Order: sequence, then C-alpha cells, then structure tokens
Amino acid sequence: MSAKATASKAASKPGFDITNIARRPEFGALIGAVAVFIFFSIAGGSGFTDAGGWASWLNVASEVGIIALPVALVMIAGDLDLSVGSTLAASSMTMAILSGFFGLPTWVGVIAALLFGVLVGWLNGYLVTKTNLPSFVVTLASMFIVMGATLGATRLIVGSTSVTMTADPFFQIIFGNLIFGLFETAVVWWAVIAIIVSWVLYKSIFGNWIYAIGGDMISARATGIPVNKVRIALFMGSGFGAALVGVIQTCIYNGAQVAAGQSFVFNSIIAVVVGGVLLTGGYGSTLGVILGTVTFGIVNQGIYYTGWDADWAALILGLLLLAAVLTNNTFRRLALSGGKKEKKND
Amino acid sequence: MTKAAKKPILRLKNVSKVFAGYQALNDVSLEVYPGQVLCLLGDNGAGKSTLIKVLSGFHEPTSGTVEWDGQEARFKSPKDANERGIATVHQFGGTFPLMSIGRSFFVGVEPTKGWGPFKRFDRKYANETAVREMQQLGITRITDGERLIGSLSGGERQASAIARAVHFGAKVLILDEPTAALGVKEATHVLRIIMQAKLKGIAVILVTHNVSHALTVGDHFAVLIRGQKADDFAKGERTRDQITDLMAGGEAMAELEAELNTLTGTINQIH
Repeated sequence: MSAKATASKAASKPGFDITNIARRPEFGALIGAVAVFIFFSIAGGSGFTDAGGWASWLNVASEVGIIALPVALVMIAGDLDLSVGSTLAASSMTMAILSGFFGLPTWVGVIAALLFGVLVGWLNGYLVTKTNLPSFVVTLASMFIVMGATLGATRLIVGSTSVTMTADPFFQIIFGNLIFGLFETAVVWWAVIAIIVSWVLYKSIFGNWIYAIGGDMISARATGIPVNKVRIALFMGSGFGAALVGVIQTCIYNGAQVAAGQSFVFNSIIAVVVGGVLLTGGYGSTLGVILGTVTFGIVNQGIYYTGWDADWAALILGLLLLAAVLTNNTFRRLALSGGKKEKKND
Repeated sequence: MTKAAKKPILRLKNVSKVFAGYQALNDVSLEVYPGQVLCLLGDNGAGKSTLIKVLSGFHEPTSGTVEWDGQEARFKSPKDANERGIATVHQFGGTFPLMSIGRSFFVGVEPTKGWGPFKRFDRKYANETAVREMQQLGITRITDGERLIGSLSGGERQASAIARAVHFGAKVLILDEPTAALGVKEATHVLRIIMQAKLKGIAVILVTHNVSHALTVGDHFAVLIRGQKADDFAKGERTRDQITDLMAGGEAMAELEAELNTLTGTINQIH
C-alpha cells in the first residue's frame, strides 16, 4: 500500500530533483532562516538555543506573522498595505477605551476592535478600487488619517495618550497568556492564521483568483473574477490581522498606547519580501512568508544574546532585505526557465 | 461547405466606434462562419485592436449592430461575450506567467471537489485536464501541469491558451497576432493548431499583418485601412501582392517605392 503510494507519487513527479526545490518561492527564505539561526546559535550561545531563546524570537515573530500572512495575500494580489501599524494602534485603543475607560465587558471591546480593523481594511480596499490609485499612496494616506484620528479622539475622550485596562480572565487566557510561562498565546494565533491563509491560498478557488489578479489584473477581470471584491476582501484581511495583534497587545500590556504598532508596517513587509513574495505580485507562498517571519524574529531577538549593541539588528535586517529582493528576482527567473533547459536536451 | 449553406455565428453590421472625436472604426461589416478562418489584415493603427475589443466585449460600438447566431446582441463586458462563447487569445498567450499550467487553465472557472466549507480547488483534475487538452493539440512535450506558464515557449503558451478556449467550448476564437512574436518553426505549430480548431467547427478570427500566415490558413479575408474595411474576399480571389499593396495603403506604397528608387536605385533590380 505504502509502496504503491510512493510509486504513484514518484510517477506524478517525474522531474523531481534539487533544481525543482530551488525553483520554489520559499527556497531563499529557507536558506535565510537556517543561516541566521546557525549564526545566532554560535554567536548567541546556549541562551539563544534554550527554551527562553526560542520563546523570545517566536513571540516577536508570531505578532509580526499574524499581520504578515494576510499582508502577503494583499501583496501577492499586487497591492501594498502601509496602514497596518495605525490600524493596530487604533484597534488596541478602541478596545482599551471601551472596556477600560468606559468599563464595558471585555468582549464588547474585542469585537469592536476587530470590527474596526476590518472596517479600515474595507475603506482601504474601497478607495483603492474606486479611485484606481496605487494602494501604496492610498494606504499611506489612511495610515496618517487613522493615526491622527486615534491620537485626536483619545486625547478628546481620555485626556491622555495611553489607557489602561484589565481583560476578563477568559480573554486574558486566550489573548494575553504565557504558555509554560514563556510562549505568548500569539504563537497559537499565528499557527491558526497560517492554516487559514494557507487554505485560502492553495485550497480555495479564491486563492487562484489572488494569483491571477496579481499576475494580470485586466485578464483576471476578463475571465469574470470579481477583482474589486477580492482586493477589498484582502485589505479587510490585513486590517483584521492588525486588529488581532492590537487585541493581543492590549491584553498583554494591560492597556493601549496611541503610538503603538508603527514598526509593524515595515516589519511585515520585510517578513513577506524575505519570504519570497514578489513586490510586483503574482508569486509567493505562505511557507515562505512564515520562514521570512522566522528570519525576522531570529535577527531581531538573537542580537540580544550576542552581547552586541542591538542597533546592529537593523543593519542585518536591511542587508537581508536587499539580498532577498535580489535573490527573489533570480528565483523568479529560475522558476520561469523551467522548460528552457529541457529544450536544449531535446 | 459553401457559405450559403451556413449561417454566420457572428455578424457585424455597419459598426463604427468613436473615441473622443477619433474615429477608430468606420462602418465596418463582417460575417464570421463556424469552421472557417477569417483573417483580419491591416497595418498598425488600422483599427484591428478596436475591432477585436468590440467583438470581445471590451467596447460597445458607437453605432451599428452585432448579431450573435442570427440575433442582435450587445456584449456589455468581456465576461458577457465570453459566456456566449467568444474567446480571445492575446499575442503572448497565457497571461499569467507565474501561475502553473493547471491553475492558469482554469482561472475564473476553477474546478472544485468536496462540499460546504471543505469545497476546494481540484488541482489534480485541473493539471490533468490542462495537460490532456494541450496534448490533443499536438503539444506532447508538456506532461506536468505544475510547470509555470512562463517556462513554456511562445508557441506552447499560445497552445495552452487555445486549448483553454477549445475546452470551454468557444464558438468563436479570436487570435490577436498569435505568430508575431514567434520563430518560423513555432509559428508553423500555431498555424497547425488553428487548423485543428477550425476542424472542430470553431469560427476563428485571425488577426495578423503577416500575409503568408494568413494565406496559409485563411478561408476569408478582410483588410482594414484607417478604421474602414478596404476589401473583403474569399480564398483565392486575390494574389499575395495585391493583398500586401492593399494593406500598406495601395497608392501610398507605390509612392514610397518610387521615392526609395530615387535613393537606392530601382528596388525591382534586387528582386
């Protein structure tokens, strides 16, 4: 039975060899993740490789990853979302004001925060598809609009720029708990989001539409794909991801800060691009984005175990990003050259 | 197989298209028959692209009517035209270079398996169908539906796009300059695939400015000049030179040659 299964599997993949692996979009990210892990294992010592070390970078990676995965879908469809940082802060603040300042039940704050994120995403998508402007500009504008509105409204309502709140035990456990006293529950949420996003991209027909829209929007529209609805839905997804991290942070830190979250804008893009998603859209994988996020987490936290100044982490991330963009182009060429080599052999 | 015995599947009657004061098409009438290849010839800017866009639902005509299977029809969108059975294949064939053969074959009409929330894209069926349809058009080198479209040769990409149209039951297949970017051998493959589509009873509209390719496969020919139909004839009614002259604008070509003669000596000596 198993022999038969292996045989048929082998038969269906006649060209399986190392170059086929090299052509996969996540190959560069795999090399990057393994390389930085080995590097910091040596430079950081046992502090980095023990459970505490793993928790350190996994916690950072999972918060970035919850946003990076839906952002990756936006980018595979050929758009960008720069507003996730402001959305995170605004959602976090919405929850803290409702459930902390006004003393409403935690579930009201959680639902309002998540709805707020989805609403900002819908607005981004609506404006991008209605105006046909680049999503870069539209979401840059909404980043400032949401940031300004959050700051203004918070000062108006609360009179300061931070609000404290304590979540109900149930929400504290599912959003703000430490598993084994080390791992944030965000790690579990990241895994859940990864499964959902993978299903959407690979298993659902919606995933095929995302690739088609990123590949050629006009042709995608001509085949009858509801292009605008898909793009709006993807922005709503990234808004939801940002809001979910907002909720998680509110529970972990027992409150919200107006200035929270801006680092997530570029960190999510770094994770996605290092993960092998092309900036031009149409190509990418969730496994790649997960590995890109892991790479980001390892570099960001590994630096603390080396005894060096943490500023060097930014330098390494910058270099990794540059290397990723360059290799993405190479891998794209490799992937597209699938038939050329065979042709020569004919 | 006489034309009188058949009804045109698609007919344009006195179609004009004006863009902001610019007359892209002027009073064009055409008939397209099942199982025939209509070659649409014309120089750059003659209105071929606009005509295709009217036929494939991207533009609605400013005046004139489109008839589908004997009845007046208005194509409100490419999807609308598509659903009736009009498929358009562009110069570079598969338009999604970074998608696999199987995935791009079924863009917008994805096959699914399972039910309810577990309904999912049937990758195996998609890959097998796409490969089988391409092999039926004579592209036997393609065996793996996971290959990316961008890794195929120009002719194979055309074949994948034509195979897609055939599979989804296209009644009219519009091919926009399918051979323009191809080498001699690849172009011949594509012409052979056009003949196979024709034998399946599909009406093929071949847009080209390559007269030899047109003469090889065409049953009927229409020449566009500056948005107007300059000539309309069946196979064998014109010589190759007549067509070339007409496409280049007749008199204008004679003047151009005369001018060239004064610069280079007579061109005729070279021929």
